[in-house]
Amino acid sequence: MSDKVLLDYGSGGRASQRLISELFLKHLGNDELNRLNDAAELTVSGRIAMSTDSFTVDPIFFPGGNIGSLAVHGTVNDVAMMGAVPRYMTCAYIIEEGLPMDDLERIVASMGEAVREAGVIIVSGDTKVVPRGALDKIFINTTGIGEIIVDPAPSGDRARPGDAVLISGTIGDHGLTILGTREGLDFQSKVESDSASLNHLLVRLVRELPEVHVLRDPTRGGLATTLNEITHSSGVCCELDEASLPVRPEVAGGCSILGLDPLYLANEGKFLCVLPEAHASKALEIMRADPLGRDACRIGTMTDANPGKVVLVTHLGGKRLLGMLEGEQLPRIC
Amino acid sequence: MSHQVFVPGFCLPVGCNRYMESPDPEAGVTLSIRGDGLSFELLNKFRDPELCGKVLDTLRAELSGGLRFMEVCGTHTVAIFQSGLRSLLPEEIIHLSGPGCPVCVTHESEVNAFLDLAGRDNVIMATFGDLMRVPGHHGRNLKKAQADGARVKVVYSPFDTLKLARENPGDLVVFIGVGFETTAPTIAATMKMAREQGIDNLRVLCFHKTVPAALEVLLADERAGIEGFILPGHVSAIIGLEPYKFIAEKYGKSAVIAGFEPLDILQALLSMVRWRNAGEAHVVNSYTRIVSDGGNAKAREIMYEVFEPSDALWRGIGCIPGSGLEIRPEWESFDAKKTFGIVIEEGAALPGCKCGDILKGIKRPDECPLFKKACTPANPVGPCMVSTEGSCAAYYKYKLD
Repeated sequence: MSDKVLLDYGSGGRASQRLISELFLKHLGNDELNRLNDAAELTVSGRIAMSTDSFTVDPIFFPGGNIGSLAVHGTVNDVAMMGAVPRYMTCAYIIEEGLPMDDLERIVASMGEAVREAGVIIVSGDTKVVPRGALDKIFINTTGIGEIIVDPAPSGDRARPGDAVLISGTIGDHGLTILGTREGLDFQSKVESDSASLNHLLVRLVRELPEVHVLRDPTRGGLATTLNEITHSSGVCCELDEASLPVRPEVAGGCSILGLDPLYLANEGKFLCVLPEAHASKALEIMRADPLGRDACRIGTMTDANPGKVVLVTHLGGKRLLGMLEGEQLPRIC
Repeated sequence: MSHQVFVPGFCLPVGCNRYMESPDPEAGVTLSIRGDGLSFELLNKFRDPELCGKVLDTLRAELSGGLRFMEVCGTHTVAIFQSGLRSLLPEEIIHLSGPGCPVCVTHESEVNAFLDLAGRDNVIMATFGDLMRVPGHHGRNLKKAQADGARVKVVYSPFDTLKLARENPGDLVVFIGVGFETTAPTIAATMKMAREQGIDNLRVLCFHKTVPAALEVLLADERAGIEGFILPGHVSAIIGLEPYKFIAEKYGKSAVIAGFEPLDILQALLSMVRWRNAGEAHVVNSYTRIVSDGGNAKAREIMYEVFEPSDALWRGIGCIPGSGLEIRPEWESFDAKKTFGIVIEEGAALPGCKCGDILKGIKRPDECPLFKKACTPANPVGPCMVSTEGSCAAYYKYKLD
């Protein structure tokens, strides 16, 4: 194969065939995908969670991951937030002509590792190559489905006054990493993306505690935006305790230099859990037993004071509104 | 502005290494830190809830008859709301947000001027990010211009424009120079560097404004009834204490140059309450870890080598004599107004918008009929809603009903 991705590779002809067999099947292959049929034949049962996401992150390689691993983590997490076991995924690559083949291979290899780690398989895929300048390097779409294992499934409209609000770890790591890498900033301490598949931890959590009301991953728009979505859908108020928010000192430092608020920065390996107070300590115990949830903590409580609003109780003990992100803080973070 | 851009060696080292003590040991706070640079440990002291609680208690005990104070820096506006300090201050302390956000006071004819330039052939607009959403006539803004094909580049430092100009020799790079004394020296230094490097395709659209003359307009308007100012930390790092002395000498009011942490602000308020109780008026620098009383002479020298004082139009206020900066004739080859024949003049006021009264401290944002109705951060009508550091935007974003 050429050392660069050429338009030929997206033609559907022999060149496409070579790219599929020598690269995609090598890293992503499984019995279903290897059949190379027009569609996958799947066996699923019961209620299904399904989610799709397109990944356009810039830069495509960043500390803690790359667009290939991120495209798996993002979709696996979205499916798992529904109290589902993710099973199957599809992926569609749109590649700019001229992308180094080594870069593509690194991306596909990362995707392969990520699906194996998450315990899902890629059952269908597509590759298009577009002329130089028609897009920036590479975009990937993934779609995933999984079987829902709790009834009712966790949902953004199920938060109730009195519920505890938990976060599975530190916030802002991914967003700051992307901006820092893009701007060529050299952080003195190590800042890296938290991109990871959370499904194994989430499945354990909902199996042991089917009482969980809401699971959400605070990706674009960050924790503040996700909490606003939940309070809005559920018609409750979230009182968030600023002093308990877990932020790595190096992330807090980077944010203060760049004028960013970690509450609005994307996370790709964290989830919010809203559940009845009585189960909060058990949930934290389960989360902290997993490396991906070792910094889990309680950050607030749902109340009926200001329905639809998030109120931040500040370090000083003052109270203020915590609104949604207005427009974009940073474009193309995932 | 969310970006305080400093020329390396200009500002940050000033005053950082001095031995610092709390100006108010009687408040029960003894703060004595050996500040070797701006460490986070040091900053955390100024955020300490316990220390702040003590000063708040003292403030409540000594307050008699209320205090109307104004801050004139968008960063202070946000700090007071974001820390929750506003919800903790005694009710008799009235907090006004003045014309301290450079985006907010950028005049509509200035906004229309840069929007007209964006999209011209062979022009690349370079700007700080906070101007991207500022609306001009007919809801235009730079973001929409960009979507229509205009070349707009967000920069973190004016120096980035040098590289941009070098990489695009066939185009004119136009930097939108909006800001106060904080940003003007860096832009002046950028122009000097461009001249040294023989870069001839950089232009600056100079809309800079200077703070002291605006304060005088506010003091002269008795409707606002301002009893004290919290003065902007970063602007003061350049201009120092001297330009503010008229506040006490001519108008008998107090003012404190303060940092942006809750303790900085609380101590400034306590000082002003005590002076008023004693029938005194003072202008004092309490932000000694950043600001030296003399300001930064080198930064001022570069600023006035390239710019000269001029009259300026302030959005919502109008023309304030001597409150702006223009490019000197010796530097006119950089002047975008000259290159493109741009004239800035007063236009019709926005119907219904009370930003002028709000910037002057005469009205609160929630007293404007458009607030939260026709005017929101997503669809701002007036300047105070446009910038994230504007007073209407801060009310909208942070204030609990």
